Amino acid sequence: MIRITEASKTFHEKSTEVHALQNVTIHVQKGEIYGIVGFSGAGKSTLIRLVNRLETPDTGTVEVAGQNLSSLKGKKLSALRRKIGMVFQQFNLLDGKTVFHNVSLPLILEHRSPAEIEKRVAEVLAFVELSDKRDAYVSQLSGGQKQRVGIARALATNPEILLCDEATSALDPQTTESILKLLKRVNREMGITILLITHQMQVIQLICDRVAVMEKGRVVEEGPVLEVFGRPKEEVTKRFVRTVINDQVPETFYDTIRAESRHYRLEQLKFIGDTVNEPVIANLCRRPGLEVNIVGANISPLQGTIMSVFILQLIGETEALRSAEEYIDASGALRQRLMIDWESRNITEIPAGKERTDG
Amino acid sequence: MDEFLNSKIFGIKWSRLLNSCGQTLYMVGWGLLIGTVLGLILALILVLTRKGGVLQGRLPRVLYLVVNTYVNVIRSVPFVILLVTIMPLTRLIMGTTIGSTAALVPLVLYISPYLARLLENSLLECSPGILEAAQAMGANIWQIIRYFLMPETLGSMVLALTTGAIGLLGASAMAGYVGGGGVGDLTLTYGYEKMNTPLMILTVVILVAFVQLIQFLGGAISGKLRAHR
Repeated sequence: MIRITEASKTFHEKSTEVHALQNVTIHVQKGEIYGIVGFSGAGKSTLIRLVNRLETPDTGTVEVAGQNLSSLKGKKLSALRRKIGMVFQQFNLLDGKTVFHNVSLPLILEHRSPAEIEKRVAEVLAFVELSDKRDAYVSQLSGGQKQRVGIARALATNPEILLCDEATSALDPQTTESILKLLKRVNREMGITILLITHQMQVIQLICDRVAVMEKGRVVEEGPVLEVFGRPKEEVTKRFVRTVINDQVPETFYDTIRAESRHYRLEQLKFIGDTVNEPVIANLCRRPGLEVNIVGANISPLQGTIMSVFILQLIGETEALRSAEEYIDASGALRQRLMIDWESRNITEIPAGKERTDG
Repeated sequence: MDEFLNSKIFGIKWSRLLNSCGQTLYMVGWGLLIGTVLGLILALILVLTRKGGVLQGRLPRVLYLVVNTYVNVIRSVPFVILLVTIMPLTRLIMGTTIGSTAALVPLVLYISPYLARLLENSLLECSPGILEAAQAMGANIWQIIRYFLMPETLGSMVLALTTGAIGLLGASAMAGYVGGGGVGDLTLTYGYEKMNTPLMILTVVILVAFVQLIQFLGGAISGKLRAHR
């Protein structure tokens, strides 16, 4: 549906050059919700604006619905933009006008008849559950209601694609959740492909099918949400995942862990959905010569399923620990050995290849 | 009625006074109307072709520079000087350099760049986000102006025009130099030069009343337009 290939874009400021995009390639499939996450200045805004040609790449190509955008101008460009709805962080509505007027604007631009406009606006307002606010002025609405109007306006022309530019970033957590549910409905019930950018990992966690992580104008990691959340590779990705899924040992446990005089290892276990069919932790407890302390646990919804993280302190002889690790790996749970640096009180992950059996 | 018109107030006939008021309204009215059209066109060019403007890159940058320079140059010439220096142009357009209608040429020439600056400021109040949303919807440039840029800034533009109208009123006082008449002319020729102090005070009161009226109307209309913001 959307194919951006090796797009680069540099902004020339007075004395410096800003590399907003560097060789970015993403492919959004029809019908999915694709999320791009990154801190501010990562290039997300520029990237999403390539899709409706509010920005043009210096090099690289952008294809939307099989159409190469680089040659589009005038009426053809307008026609394409009408197939792409866009929702903004600051809503960008005409505050002094009514809800009806705002939602009807894209239809007025298409020279639709008043009867048609009346009908379509009623439909989309019903969809976003704002039928009763039809004649209210936008300035009288709450942030969440304004964003619903924004979404209704974007849907008015029956687009195939919806672009969301930080659509929930100006909203409180509760409203954020209701807007996300609405976006999910837009995707499932209307079959609209959604490309969104956000700095809130929660948005990715709750509604996205696939995610790309951006840093300094590059896509550093990309894949299905379950995969990226389960085994984040890049440091920035881990930081983002940590904002919604706590996979750390609570600091208050540090002293308890340190007080253990016997031989032990810290292991982080992740279970995603029902990929693991046995009671791994219960079975670990029953293993001879092994003692299990749970020092951290977190259960979060993820993509309609559940991801649980446990941090275990396994106490026992080297051989018992080794075989316990083998058992965990065989069970299908994602395992990661951790180390606490007692000086800095930082936790470091030990990559699977570098685990020493005596550790 | 004739009796009343021929009766005198502070040494001049009522008919003369009313005629002067009419001339002032004529000059300010038409001057504002034509000046607004021209000023708005200039303001739109400035706003749309400036750095980061909607048409930046689609129209040559020189257009912005030309309009911007034109506005600055005209704005730096005092009205009285403009009035006499452009007399040949006035004659070319109106066929004469005398009278209220002839005075319209320098008035419009003087006020339109001023209005352009004021309206430019108003138009710039439109948030870039609104314009971006308009573009994302596939609006062409005329649609952006008509459905987004203008409605969003109308209240502010009315206030700008109010300020412009008062400036125009001030300028029209000097139209007497080219026989344009008006209340200002009356003040200068009958009140000041003939040392008719009561008349001078009366005409000043009339000018003050004009300003108050314009300001009141402008404020009321703008307030109505911004009622729901």
